[in-house]
Amino acid sequence: MSENSFKTTDDDSRARDEAAPEAGGGQALRPHAEDSFAEELKALAAADDRPRPERWRLSPWAVATYLLGGTLADGTVITPKYVGPRRIVEVAVTTLATDRALLLLGVPGTAKTWVSEHLAAAVSGDSTLLVQGTAGTPEEAIRYGWNYAQLLANGPSREALVPSPVMRAMAQGMTARVEELTRIPADVQDTLITVLSEKTLPIPELGQEVQAVRGFNLIATANDRDRGVNELSSALRRRFNTVVLPLPATPDEEVDIVSRRVEQIGRSLDLPAAPEGMDEIRRVVTVFRELRGGITADGRTKLKSPSGTLSTAEAISVVTNGLALAAHFGDGVLRSGDVAAGILGAVVRDPAADRVVWQEYLETVVRERDGWKDFYRACREVSA
Amino acid sequence: MTERGERTSNRHGPVLLGVRHHGPGSARAVRAALEQCTPAAVLIEGPPEADELVPLAAQEGMRPPVALLAHVQDDPGRAAFWPLAEFSPEWVAMRWALERGVPVRFIDLPAAHSLAMTAEGQEEDGGEGRREDGGGAEAADREAVGKEAGEQEAADQEAADRADLRVDPIRVLAGAAGYDDPERWWEDVVEHRREGGGPGADALAPFTALAEAMGALREAYGDGGNDRDPVREAHMRLRLRAAQREFGDDIAVVCGAWHVPALVRRATVTADRQLLKGLPKVKASVTWVPWTHRRLSRRSGYGAGIDSPGWYGHLFSAPDRPVERWLTKVAGLLRAEDYAVSSAHVIEAVRLAEGLATVRSRPLAGLTELDDAIRAVMGDGSDAPSSLIHDRLVVGDVLGEVPEDAPAVPLQRDIARSQRALRLKPEALERELELDLRKETDAGRSRLLHRLRLLGIPWGEPTRSRGSTGTFRESWRLRWEPELSVRVAEAGIWGTTVLSAATAKAASEASGAATLAEVTALAERCLLAELPDALPVVMRALSDRAALDADVGHLAQALPALVRSVRYGDVRGTDAAVLREVATGLAERVFVGLPPACLGLDADGAAEMRGHLDATHQAVGLLAQPEPEPEPEPEPEPEPDRRRPGSAGLRARWAGVLRAVGERDAVPGLIRGRAARLLLDDGELADGGAERLMGLALSPGVPPTDAAGWIEGFVGGGPGGDGGMLLVHDERLLALVDGWLTSVPDAAFTDVLPLLRRTFAEYEAGVRRTLGELIRRGPTPPSRRPAGDATDAAACGFGPGLDRDRAAAVLPTLRLLLGIEQHSFGDEPAGDASARTGPRPEGVQPLKNLIPAGS
Repeated sequence: MSENSFKTTDDDSRARDEAAPEAGGGQALRPHAEDSFAEELKALAAADDRPRPERWRLSPWAVATYLLGGTLADGTVITPKYVGPRRIVEVAVTTLATDRALLLLGVPGTAKTWVSEHLAAAVSGDSTLLVQGTAGTPEEAIRYGWNYAQLLANGPSREALVPSPVMRAMAQGMTARVEELTRIPADVQDTLITVLSEKTLPIPELGQEVQAVRGFNLIATANDRDRGVNELSSALRRRFNTVVLPLPATPDEEVDIVSRRVEQIGRSLDLPAAPEGMDEIRRVVTVFRELRGGITADGRTKLKSPSGTLSTAEAISVVTNGLALAAHFGDGVLRSGDVAAGILGAVVRDPAADRVVWQEYLETVVRERDGWKDFYRACREVSA
Repeated sequence: MTERGERTSNRHGPVLLGVRHHGPGSARAVRAALEQCTPAAVLIEGPPEADELVPLAAQEGMRPPVALLAHVQDDPGRAAFWPLAEFSPEWVAMRWALERGVPVRFIDLPAAHSLAMTAEGQEEDGGEGRREDGGGAEAADREAVGKEAGEQEAADQEAADRADLRVDPIRVLAGAAGYDDPERWWEDVVEHRREGGGPGADALAPFTALAEAMGALREAYGDGGNDRDPVREAHMRLRLRAAQREFGDDIAVVCGAWHVPALVRRATVTADRQLLKGLPKVKASVTWVPWTHRRLSRRSGYGAGIDSPGWYGHLFSAPDRPVERWLTKVAGLLRAEDYAVSSAHVIEAVRLAEGLATVRSRPLAGLTELDDAIRAVMGDGSDAPSSLIHDRLVVGDVLGEVPEDAPAVPLQRDIARSQRALRLKPEALERELELDLRKETDAGRSRLLHRLRLLGIPWGEPTRSRGSTGTFRESWRLRWEPELSVRVAEAGIWGTTVLSAATAKAASEASGAATLAEVTALAERCLLAELPDALPVVMRALSDRAALDADVGHLAQALPALVRSVRYGDVRGTDAAVLREVATGLAERVFVGLPPACLGLDADGAAEMRGHLDATHQAVGLLAQPEPEPEPEPEPEPEPDRRRPGSAGLRARWAGVLRAVGERDAVPGLIRGRAARLLLDDGELADGGAERLMGLALSPGVPPTDAAGWIEGFVGGGPGGDGGMLLVHDERLLALVDGWLTSVPDAAFTDVLPLLRRTFAEYEAGVRRTLGELIRRGPTPPSRRPAGDATDAAACGFGPGLDRDRAAAVLPTLRLLLGIEQHSFGDEPAGDASARTGPRPEGVQPLKNLIPAGS
């Protein structure tokens, strides 16, 4: 994996060796992207004759192909990893080739982490240089920590220093990843400013620094519904190119995603399969899409949007809930009554404003719609 | 002479410059080619009638975008436009020729024929002209205007459908080059190329290459399904020959690339003449009109078929580094809109755009790349700046100008014609005009004045009618100021007739309106000006605004005007189905929003909300009124009329809302009282319901001010008030008020006094006196009522028993008033009882009270 003899100021290949999967240690529950798609990456690298930025495993064009799928000249089929606008992937890949970092924004469930992992895998061949952002992420997670036994025994030295994934990526010219950037406290976030603008990480205790070598870049993901939790400072924001990952573009796409996920979840919860549930799923997705988009599916009537996200992930949970209701308390068939309460809960987050939005939607859209009578009644029942 | 010069002369004929209309790359290439071969005359694809208008293009007052407008002389509604932007090759060629004094000729089929042909095949009016020539991907430069704007849309649609059947040369070429987007291919190959070859390059080379490609295409596809092309090209050949006789071979032709092979083709004069024989002909006039970038863009009705006139203008006018200059422009715009955009952002955006162009293998970052870069770098991934940029820069707000001595625009002729027809002379002297809308001429005048007002030509100002307030009267103050002519010229961009221009203007205003009230007002103006085709657009905007407006007050204010419009529309016989649907939707929104909006209001807010309540009540009453045929039962169980969704249930739902408002404690007393009263008036309260509600509102636990508010709402004056008659006639309610008032503690009495004064001071003196007397006499003791006499129990405030003799004296008058037959209002006790059990005819009770019994 890292046979490349990168010029590094810090020899931390040791840490990487530890991180490598043990041979014969059993099948990993969830292999890394670069391992599961090793064949495709190899085929792409072989077929790729376009110029590559320094220390990139593939050319930008090949990275885009890896994510979006395609068929190579030698007949190798590259499976699509991300289903969505080509534009977005191209912007993301091109950003990584410049010296600006990439910020993937989107509501939960828009495949931000997934895209970030595969980008890192395709560009650097390694998606494990990861910092998970939480409210408790310390500065050490982004800069470096100390091995206190070493520190006490021998005093500050490079041996006693524990580099963070970001530091390792800088030293080796790899792609680092930061998940949920906006959950990280603001002062810790700002540690990234020096890294991203000066491309260096000073170690004042040793009077040294780690300079990023060419090929280093950073992909951060953030949830744009949580804006304001730990809003990025404008200094930091300026170091990022922002790409917003959209919600599914068409109803069919979304229905497909929802029903597939619901089926998976249902299997793991041992819920009986609901043969008749497709109509109800379509209805939930329609309601979610209409309220989220502020316009009816036929594009004729505008609507107010409630304050909630109404993401695909929430639609999935509404349907799963409904299935559980139907399985345990109903006749096993998903009906309007089973999803109505869930929808109400998802839509009405702010009891005053959202309730009006929901009532308006019920009265002006749902009531008039053909074949939605029972749904209307069920909603009226739970809303009253 | 250089080798190039020899080659030019070797061609033994004119230089054919095949272009794409509105292509900045083409424009630049045309200029370079003209500089190189300096022809003695320039021929341009366009209506020959415009030849005399060419010198105007050199005048100071002429600023592109402008359009050549040809219209049928007696019918300005039939017109066609040839828009020209600063970056149009035709415009560049014209200016080049004018600067050097080189004669310019237009060589296309005369407008006299094309307009006549358009009239013949009405459906052909989606715009033939330059549709597929060279710039096949562009829809229609030259677009005939349908007689009515409404037809226009349908015609556009049809034209678009038909265009699918026609060959799109650019698409074919792009497909051959492996592009799926013809627009992008053209931009990459032609528009985004700067003069790369250096000073020694042959300026004609690109034209030769394109002509070859087009020649191959024409060989494969013939005229590609453009039935009119052979005729047009025959005419072009004839004009070309004429020019050759006049100026020699040293001439240049600027036309759509599609036509170049046809002009090269050898065809005999006789054959061409034969083709042109017997074409229909009308009398056409041509003039210059100002145009806008917005209208050049594809999105508008008269689109010239380019998505991004602003971008093309930039490509044409930027001397170098178009990407950097464009992003700097964008940064300037965003800064003006308060986005924090620094130079560093611009630098990064340039780098990202260029990187994207490389990844996408394009020679230069195009609009797509720039848009992506701006979104990612400057806009934090949001779409808002992108749409702003699209609106302001990519399309742009450029408005053209034409010199004053350009021939009159057709709108002016149309106005003059209407003025003559309606015998309404424009006079500088101010005068009053009284119109009786029942007369045909007056109605026409009213329409004209309303339409002109919509167009921003305030010739007439409506004034309040003296005396009569009937809806069929209108008063106007007329005064024709000289500057109104300028306004007319400005309004010319909206259309060629008053009707079509007003329709287009109204539609545009509707989409630009900011508030709900503006749109409602616009809807009324559309009705007054009788613009049936603008109405759907306005209604659409109205329902959109209503859906997004969170303030119930706005909705409730808009509703009455809208319902008035519905009724008015009914009276005028216009199809009010759309209006009714929107009004019903609006009412539904008010129903949903009203109860929560009534919570937590202060005194002023409550008074305002009470007004909304009254207005909505009235509007619902009008809206729910059955149209021609009355519905027998109030709640028809089978499918209600599809065209008027739920209008039957509208009243019932409104009553439900009122009930919800009336019984919610957190709602101010004033509103609760009003709601209760409205319910009572509509007969929605069950027997004793009003008493129950009043009893609750005036219970000892209720704060006295709130109770006083309730009384004001329930029996108070104002537009919906009754002047106290309810209290006079319902002694039980009066007794409740009386009982409550006497139990108000002293401390609170001073608080409620002003409220009560306000309520009762509005009653007429007579009513006040009657009330006082009733109070002084005190309530009728229940014990005096004979038990079991249902007849007398209902008559509150009157003595027990019925004095039949005295009552009989009134009956003849009563019958006369009510138009009731002798026997149905009989004096038999049995008849009396049956009258009681049935629904009591309105008006009976007050009349019955005229009979003073027992005194």
